[in-house]
Amino acid sequence: MVLGPLMIGLYVFVLSIFIGFEVINKVPATLHTPLMSGANAISGITIVGALYTAQTADVTVSNILGAAAITLAMINVVGGYLVTDRMLRMFGRKR
Amino acid sequence: MSEGAVGSLVALIYLLSAILFIFGLKQLARVRTARTGNMISAVAMLLAVVGTLLDLGLVDYRWILAGLVLGSLIGSVLAVRVPMTSMPEMVAILNGFGGAASALVVIAIYWVDIAEKGTTGISAALMGDAEAITAFLSILIGGVTFSGSVVAYAKLSGKIRGGPILLPGRHALNILLLVGAVALGLFFSYGVADPVQGAAVVWLLLALSLVLGVLLVIPIGGADMPVVVSLLNSYSGIAAAATGFVIGNNLLIISGSMVGAAGIILTRIMCKAMNRSLVSVVLGGFGGESSGGTQGAGEYVSTRSAGAEEAAMSLEAARKVVMVPGYGLAVAQAQHAVRELGELLQKRGVQVLYAIHPVAGRMPGHMNVLLAEADIPYEQLWEMERINPEFRDTDVVIVLGANDVVNPAAISRRDSPIFGMPILEVHHARSVYVVKRSLGAGYAGIKNELFEQANTMMVFGDAKQVLQELIGEIKGL
Repeated sequence: MVLGPLMIGLYVFVLSIFIGFEVINKVPATLHTPLMSGANAISGITIVGALYTAQTADVTVSNILGAAAITLAMINVVGGYLVTDRMLRMFGRKR
Repeated sequence: MSEGAVGSLVALIYLLSAILFIFGLKQLARVRTARTGNMISAVAMLLAVVGTLLDLGLVDYRWILAGLVLGSLIGSVLAVRVPMTSMPEMVAILNGFGGAASALVVIAIYWVDIAEKGTTGISAALMGDAEAITAFLSILIGGVTFSGSVVAYAKLSGKIRGGPILLPGRHALNILLLVGAVALGLFFSYGVADPVQGAAVVWLLLALSLVLGVLLVIPIGGADMPVVVSLLNSYSGIAAAATGFVIGNNLLIISGSMVGAAGIILTRIMCKAMNRSLVSVVLGGFGGESSGGTQGAGEYVSTRSAGAEEAAMSLEAARKVVMVPGYGLAVAQAQHAVRELGELLQKRGVQVLYAIHPVAGRMPGHMNVLLAEADIPYEQLWEMERINPEFRDTDVVIVLGANDVVNPAAISRRDSPIFGMPILEVHHARSVYVVKRSLGAGYAGIKNELFEQANTMMVFGDAKQVLQELIGEIKGL
């Protein structure tokens, strides 16, 4: 049996869902908001896809869409990690 | 992805990145390691970006750089400036951007590969069956995530009314829109062969998804919004995974589906803590203004009210005081005033604890963040299971803008809509002072039996103002 890229992708997809379920098991209520924000930053991984879309210097619809996608994904990534860190920093703080 | 040595290197970088994402997320779910976990996950993201740039090799970087710089700038400014009290709406809007990005990536790919080349042929033949279908899914889910998150943002930040907005026949309309979107998706994959028409179908699909996102979220009340944000967070992960299928990238599939699954679990945990079922949240119509009228609240016959002076005297005489902060405290921005009162009492030898209900604040876990920001030591913040046995030997409880989470009907009345919801059992304390603006109902819209108990005193007023009065009185004693 030879698996094509689609089937491999499907395997990866299903197994990763199990990892996600397993990792977020029994998380204390204290962490719900930071965790939501931190997981949200990870969904900015779509930046990888966005980077593949704007490879020329021309002013074309695809490049504009691509640059917009990169910008939005980057706001998600940078904003997401920074606010999560800001929240978590509060917990560790000793006076 | 590139062939040969560079391709293999990039693949290995992606693998390392995926491993770090898993470790990062796992550590993020534990209090002690959460901050490190977030940093590990950020490193994973950096690796993914570096790997991708390496894979691209020598291309024109103008658009890419513009996007990277602009996005980082906006992201960091937003993150630094947002006040902690506005965190729920911040998470909502960031999540929306992620969803929009996934949809735009796929649209851009369609433009590069098909629309701008003017290639004729059905998308399923040009892109591959799976790629075409997942492209449609990415646009649909990404679009719904974006517009749904914008509505959630607007509701949470008070830009639109927080209560449920119920359109007649909304369920039928939503189903119709969803069926329409699926039909368009199939038409996009297998029907349309002309690139100009294909482009039009893509825009139509995006428009339909945006409308669907709005319609799905407007009927849901403000109090249920955290659950919705968590659910949309899950969607944005799935949208990223779908994009991964379109471009054949396993890293997107791994991290996207992991976030999708984690979001679902978190959504379920939140629903449980709020005593709501996911189905009833999604169907909408429940929960509205936090200080809404008294509809269905029942009449209060025997409440007693007290002024700040009386409350200050019993605080002064107490050995053990527990503060119960709720939504009203966050609204009044009174967390610093609470800390000041707590410190004042501690200096006078009173033991002061803070009881944190799992869903206190504007979002689960939000109250912990707000109190931590106000410099209240973490050791004084006790979670529900730990503090409940303590109430029996607590002299004074001060309830600050919390309502349903201290309603004993959740334990005693089988017919109560909140029956079974875990509550803070403050009614066992010797005396309870409830600081509240009025006798209005909480978001469950029911009467709170605590307010009529013999040992309960109502102190009417804005939480911050009352706290400042208390501080003044105690200083004067």
